[in-house]
Amino acid sequence: MNNFIDYKLIELGQWTVGLFNDYPVVQILVHLLLATLPLTLVFMGAFGFSTWLERKGLARIQNRLGPNRVGIFGLLQPLADGIKMLLKEDIVPDRSDKLFHFLAPVMLMVPAFIAVGFLPLGDGLMALPMDSAILFFFAVGSLNTIAVFMAGWSSRNKYSLLGGMRAVAQMISYEIPLVLSAVAVIMFSGSLNAQEIVASQQIQSWLASGNLVKEFFGQILGWHIFKPWGFAGFIFFFVAALAEANRSPFDLPEADSEIIAGHLTEYSGFKYAIFFMAEYISAFAIAGIATTLFLGGWSGPVIAGLPWFIIKMFSLFAVMIWIRGTLPRLRVDQLMGYAWKFLLPLAILNIFVAGFYYFAEQQFGSLAAFIGGWVIGFGILQTAAKGLSRLNKSPTLDGKRVYQLVE
Amino acid sequence: MPARGYHLSKDELGADILEVAMGPHHPSTHGVFRMDLKLDGETVVDLKPIFGYLHRNHEKLAEDIPYLGCMPFTDRLDYLCGMTNNWAFALSAEQLIEIEIPERAQYIRVICAELTRLINHCLLVGFFINDLGALGTPLLYALREREKILDLFETLSGARMMVNYMRFGGVRCDLPDGWLQECERIVGRFPAFLDEYETLLKDNEIVITRSQNVGVLTQEEATNFSITGPMLRASGVNYDIRKVDKYGIYDRFDFKVPIGAHGDCYDRFMVRMLEMRESIKILKQAIADIPEGPIMGNEPRVFKPDPQETYGRIESPKGELGFYLIADGTTNPYRYKVRPPSFVNLTALRHMCIGHKVADAVIILGSIDIVLGEVDR
Amino acid sequence: MSLIAKGILQGMAVTAKNFIQSYYKKERLPTVEYPEEKSTVNQFTRNIPFLVYDGEDEIEGMRCTACKLCEKACPPQCIYIIKDTDENDKPIKRPKVFDIDSSVCMSCQLCVEVCPFESIRMDSEFELSNENRFEGLLINRDELLKSNEYYHEIHPIEAQETDDRIAAKIAEAETKKKAREEKARLAAEAKQAAAAMKAAEEAAAETETSATEQAQQSEAKAEAPEDNPETKNT
Ligand code: SF4
Ligand code: SF4
Repeated sequence: MNNFIDYKLIELGQWTVGLFNDYPVVQILVHLLLATLPLTLVFMGAFGFSTWLERKGLARIQNRLGPNRVGIFGLLQPLADGIKMLLKEDIVPDRSDKLFHFLAPVMLMVPAFIAVGFLPLGDGLMALPMDSAILFFFAVGSLNTIAVFMAGWSSRNKYSLLGGMRAVAQMISYEIPLVLSAVAVIMFSGSLNAQEIVASQQIQSWLASGNLVKEFFGQILGWHIFKPWGFAGFIFFFVAALAEANRSPFDLPEADSEIIAGHLTEYSGFKYAIFFMAEYISAFAIAGIATTLFLGGWSGPVIAGLPWFIIKMFSLFAVMIWIRGTLPRLRVDQLMGYAWKFLLPLAILNIFVAGFYYFAEQQFGSLAAFIGGWVIGFGILQTAAKGLSRLNKSPTLDGKRVYQLVE
Repeated sequence: MPARGYHLSKDELGADILEVAMGPHHPSTHGVFRMDLKLDGETVVDLKPIFGYLHRNHEKLAEDIPYLGCMPFTDRLDYLCGMTNNWAFALSAEQLIEIEIPERAQYIRVICAELTRLINHCLLVGFFINDLGALGTPLLYALREREKILDLFETLSGARMMVNYMRFGGVRCDLPDGWLQECERIVGRFPAFLDEYETLLKDNEIVITRSQNVGVLTQEEATNFSITGPMLRASGVNYDIRKVDKYGIYDRFDFKVPIGAHGDCYDRFMVRMLEMRESIKILKQAIADIPEGPIMGNEPRVFKPDPQETYGRIESPKGELGFYLIADGTTNPYRYKVRPPSFVNLTALRHMCIGHKVADAVIILGSIDIVLGEVDR
Repeated sequence: MSLIAKGILQGMAVTAKNFIQSYYKKERLPTVEYPEEKSTVNQFTRNIPFLVYDGEDEIEGMRCTACKLCEKACPPQCIYIIKDTDENDKPIKRPKVFDIDSSVCMSCQLCVEVCPFESIRMDSEFELSNENRFEGLLINRDELLKSNEYYHEIHPIEAQETDDRIAAKIAEAETKKKAREEKARLAAEAKQAAAAMKAAEEAAAETETSATEQAQQSEAKAEAPEDNPETKNT
């Protein structure tokens, strides 16, 4: 097998822990540190890198150059930004609720980092190995809502308040399609354990065959995204994930053209930076879980393990940047309507499709199920989507229009 | 007003009205403009537009300055469209002194005005989509194209925005060598940009759901508010001063006027997109036909028109831009009044916004196309 | 909206195209990196006026005659001129003070258009920022004065036209002067001849002196255009 990087890392960890065999208390501490510290550092670094990536990517999409003054290609820009943020005055509004104003960014950061701990970064590489990791992930992820609302409420600013209200409404609504589209995967793999979900996306018989070509494709073709329900589920999941992570086109809580910066309006300096970081890390976490659920997690040809996971996670993040560079934002009522009237029914339907697919696979073999699934299952989903959007559309919304040109 | 779904009123909820002062420094009020919103949840129940933060005493100032001295000030009215402002003022002052404008100057004026229309409309679309929440991408594409036209203006008049180019009886200086060829090249490439822009925005589902049936202004309401320009045409009224007055030499060109049927934000956006294509048509004809010859009638720099009053108007990119002048026999105007399209179009804001969400108020304001320099004067 | 939103995908294709093309097409990356690259100014750009002088010496070669036409024409009235005087308090045609408040100037070029002596011209210098917002932005005469060569450098075509115009003016003035001198000479000669004839007829001494007086007067008239300031520039 070729996930040697993961094994080496695990070995290194075990070796380090083994050094303290004689001091059980210290050993526990070391164990804890080993689980959390590298993760924290790596994801902080990834945050810095991704702000650079986002600025650069957006700039290129918009035909600009982007940061290019600090370091080569502006790579040290995040550092400069960090220093700037640290040196800025921390302004707390006079009449704000000081305690909660201070607590909100912390409250946002803690669950973001915990969520990252549940990601199966590689074969056996998981900071918080747990049998119900996926469930915990969603549970912890929903804590965000409280922090954002805290920020919005304690700032005593009307824009912040509006932003906070929007955040609560949005995050609670999108949690449901998010979880429901993950349910299909959980059903299919029959486990809440992230590692087992990844394993279910590898075609084990091919991997064991010893045939190089088969081994290569066995790492790819099993991904859930190639199955009809997985593809649809991935779309629902990704859309809901965008909303969960406050990314465009669902960045309503901080819609700058409407409510300035929403819950962030009254934050400055390092608190703002922490908010920013927490949001990026949540975005990573949710991209990571999407990778785990639909894109085969760390499985991949040649160098399976950590590298593939990182590649996939960053690709999803790049798609988020790309979407941010392209799309306008939805309106608050449309956003809610979209979640409840469109995503939710479809996600439920998707669960049924996944169930039928599962039985079809056992009954008729995987190839027949695959073809039949794409034709019938996807057809059903597509028809349902069309019907739903027709149902939801207000009668006056006519889509394409023709314009007269008169003399 | 279209149904906007069921929603609990504030009395049912026992809630209060939230008053938000949006502006004067808010990211999307297009300058120092303030909207005092009364919100029920996110729904606008009342809106009070407040402006005057940019008042510069423009009209009174002009009474102490000779006619020609007012010309550079008109650039600053709608600072995106210096050329058309110049033309409107030149047109009304020319009516005072009845002066013949040479053929070539007429053509140059048309070319400049239509280039200005391109600038204004592509920027407006960019800002409008920006208000919709796109992260400035369409806006930056618009700026990219605008830059080329501004470069043209710079070689022509020396300045990019504050052009101060037109004079009574013609234009200040002749086209530099190679300017027309460059202009032709840029105009020839503009449709490609418009195609790109349309693919990016026209069919975008989010743009459609956000802007269709938002801020509807019916034909009747639009005429009652004396709306002009693309906004009026989006409401389905065929009224374009280029066609109605045929000022300058607009009767020589073959172009059409796009008309919308719904009068909502989407129509306003699309009418502008289509108008740009018509402008390109005019530009192509003008560049092909422009004759050689003088560019100025011989008019003294300072003149004393007989006591009279006059009103000259043109179709500026934003609507009817008019200058009302009263001459009293001295070198300065006795009264100088601007009819700014932005200001008049803004009067319909409250009517259009009530009942919509906050986010819609922002895009409705964006679709009106205001420039605060013109609103406040 | 069906499962896959076509319009959104179209839009994303456009942005992707822009992203990729920005790496190899100049058209798609129009950014000018300003402090290193200063291509923002072309030879037609105008920003703030300056005063042209000919030759080497700033004061001697100054074209401005302090006629104050520009001061009157400036719409925001940001030009301030005081005429220079010589030792005897007699005004001379040169400004002692010539201030332009660059924070007020709106770069309208009207001062350039009115100046009859081709003295005030538009500069394309745009890096005018200053730490002192009052005196720092007030540009005085010595800072405003720039040589004709500099003018040629920033606006070659316009400067050449100006030079040609000045040369033509001088030539015209010269020919006019010559013509007038010629005329005066002829007139004087004719008068002399007439006087001589008269003298021959009447043979009176007083009439002859008056004729010379007349001739002197007409010569003085012919010299009058020399006061014309353009000729100073030769
Ligand atoms: S450019 Fe205009 S504002 Fe500036 S000094 Fe000359 S006349 Fe005055
Ligand atoms: S108009 Fe020309 S000559 Fe007269 S004061 Fe102004 S710069 Fe000097």
